[in-house]
Amino acid sequence: MSNNLALKKGLNVPVKGAAAPVVIKTVSPDVVAVKPTDFFGLVPRLLVKEGDAVQAGSPVMADKMHPEILFTSPVSGTVQEVVRGAKRKLLAVLIKADAKQEYVDFGKQAPQNADEVKELLLKTGLWGSLVQRPYGVMASLDATPKSIFISTFNTAPLAADNDYVLGDALADLQAGVTALAKVAPVHVSLHKGETAFGKLKDAQIHVVSGPHPAGNVGVQISHIDPIKKGDIVWTVSPLLLAAFGHVINTGKLDLTRKVAVTGPAAEKLGYVVCLPGTPVKAITDVNENVRVVGGDVLTGESLGADGYLGFFQNQLTLLKEGYEREWFGWAKPFRPKVHSSSWCYFSWLTPKKEYDMNTNLHGGPRAFVETKCFEDVTPMDIFPIYLIKACLAGDIEKMEKFGIYEVLPEDLALCDYVDPSKNEIQAYIQQGIELMIKEMA
Amino acid sequence: MADEKKPGLFEKGGKLYWLHSSIDAFDTFLRVPGTVTAKGAHVRDGIDLKRVMIMVVIALVPAALFGMYNVGLQTSTLYGLNWTFWHMFFYGLLRMLPLFVVSYVVGLGIEFASAQIRGEEVNEGYLVTGFLIPLIVPVDVPLWMLALAVAFSVLFVKEVFGGTGMNIWNPALVARAFLFFSYPSSMSGSSVWVSKTWAGLGNVDAISAATPLAIAHDSGIEGLSSQYSFMDMFWGFIPGSTGETSVVAILIGAFILVWTGVASWKIMFSSIAGGLLVGWLGQIAGATTLPCYYQLVMGGFLFGSVFMATDPVTAAQTETGKWIYGFLVGALAVVVRLWNPGYMEGMMLAILFMNTMAPVIDHCVVSARTGRRNKKAVTA
Repeated sequence: MSNNLALKKGLNVPVKGAAAPVVIKTVSPDVVAVKPTDFFGLVPRLLVKEGDAVQAGSPVMADKMHPEILFTSPVSGTVQEVVRGAKRKLLAVLIKADAKQEYVDFGKQAPQNADEVKELLLKTGLWGSLVQRPYGVMASLDATPKSIFISTFNTAPLAADNDYVLGDALADLQAGVTALAKVAPVHVSLHKGETAFGKLKDAQIHVVSGPHPAGNVGVQISHIDPIKKGDIVWTVSPLLLAAFGHVINTGKLDLTRKVAVTGPAAEKLGYVVCLPGTPVKAITDVNENVRVVGGDVLTGESLGADGYLGFFQNQLTLLKEGYEREWFGWAKPFRPKVHSSSWCYFSWLTPKKEYDMNTNLHGGPRAFVETKCFEDVTPMDIFPIYLIKACLAGDIEKMEKFGIYEVLPEDLALCDYVDPSKNEIQAYIQQGIELMIKEMA
Repeated sequence: MADEKKPGLFEKGGKLYWLHSSIDAFDTFLRVPGTVTAKGAHVRDGIDLKRVMIMVVIALVPAALFGMYNVGLQTSTLYGLNWTFWHMFFYGLLRMLPLFVVSYVVGLGIEFASAQIRGEEVNEGYLVTGFLIPLIVPVDVPLWMLALAVAFSVLFVKEVFGGTGMNIWNPALVARAFLFFSYPSSMSGSSVWVSKTWAGLGNVDAISAATPLAIAHDSGIEGLSSQYSFMDMFWGFIPGSTGETSVVAILIGAFILVWTGVASWKIMFSSIAGGLLVGWLGQIAGATTLPCYYQLVMGGFLFGSVFMATDPVTAAQTETGKWIYGFLVGALAVVVRLWNPGYMEGMMLAILFMNTMAPVIDHCVVSARTGRRNKKAVTA
């Protein structure tokens, strides 16, 4: 097995508005939201009611099927409101923060075996940070993964720079890696040239290079230790792993993170120190007709100006809504303001240029015509178009054959971007995954 | 402006809502739609199908322009008229214009109507098909025949399968095949490939202007050399369908297609390789006296390889499949040319046959690779 992986296929989407590695402010929010919608497939059971006092680390809700999986508050304060949507679906628990943060003491002790690791993850509410493949669901309690993957770099457009964000958290990361290594072999991938995370012990280190999606853990898994039918692999973001390591090292659950405020419509670019669940408006100013994306432009979630930062997110991307209609857009020889990876336009003349992108679809939905572009941005041993069509057809056998176990929508996010027929590839893959979960359960 | 009428009248519930597909088509032709992303990636590439299709049309323009000039040139030569360059070109332009008008009016009419019936947006695929058809039929083809062929092809090859992106065969080639089998006297033989009707000179049917393929078929390299040099055929100063004659013009188009990535260079390359190989084998086996590279410059071989075989919808979709598909297109076309006494040009049928086989090729390629992966799993 090679420890060096050079990927050729892919595309770095040149969006304007990268965050400079500077902290522009530190936010101590009045209200913090705990959102069950952050966790795919979670049916939550509420453990608190309005008016209850909580500490940072106190359980707020649990998994209805597995009550030992807890979700905890990132702040100390009182439960202000339980927000419900249609059919009384639990959308968020709003917690009014105290002036002074108080932490639940989980005890400063390194877990000695797999069971202790799992127990600590469950107790601290960090079990939810484990993503289980296939399907990208929350890790199941009784499963033993064959390996655990951590990608220490993110190649997505304008993504937060982990070297900067986690540069001072190496000890916490190490504690997290050491603990997880008791559960299953841990694989850590680094970007070419980076060394900070290369010193991590108790893990197999892989050096990966290439354009996006080289930083996607799914792409790395498919090259390093592909997922076959029946295999289970866990992945965890370095951000949340560091939080887990912090619990081991200090006994406190501290989810404070540096959030990259990025994108062409952001007024002030840089990093904001805050907690997950912080209101978007506390983090950045949002102008009218601007979309706030939690995460990157390819896979992020539209939070809305009144939304709250998600559990997994450490990036906000602000984009203008593209309602403007350009005259003869498709027929113009030059469109300097629009990026295209296709050589039908002239973006290739300015490879370093960053574009003031907006949310316009740049076309209308059509049937699949040009499909080679999908292969060009998918550095995996799959046939994207066949997998997509199998998902659309709901054909379980073909989905298996074409590699549904290996992908999450994020791994094919670039297909969304490059498709001239404007198909919603990520949605199709998600549809396929949901069908698999339903049929194979 | 279409846009000013839009509120109410053409919106859902409006009186003319049933016309919305057509209105949308005109509206989005003029301006990029104001739709924003709703799910999936929040930003999108500037490319859309309109741009892809217009690239193919642009790539076809050199062949079309040269073809128009050549139409005039052939008529002028045949009748000894000594026309000037512009005279030749405008003669060709005037002869070609009705073909383009009929092709687009009939084809787009059906496309708009079926989009309307399905309530979908009008697809751009016909922009290319409508441009291709006049370039691959004889200039003198009666317009009603052309209209019939276009209607047949769009209805039964595209729309019944679900429109652009769903068709199995290349609609432009099916239109040509329809004419070929329904009206052979207007589509083949040695008298159809030079425009005559407007010249008004002499007994038109008695004058023959055989294509190089026909000459080579009857009298081999010697007969061919006595009438056309290799360079004549390379530049395209020969009788034939409008778009196919000039290798130079087609290569300019091929360059545009490959450069922009719209068409697969693998298909073009392997088709040429297949044609050369079979041409060479044929020469060795004594089936022809022509050197193999003559196969490339005669008839519709190159035009088919560059513009027809590469249609992304009807060609093989896997990269390995493209090599196989292209090779077989070229090889089969020359096989038909060399070993079929009745029919001297095989490109059209070779491509249509390989269109039919493309899904099988893809199936084999995909099965082989997924099979290999599963095997690896067992041994690892």
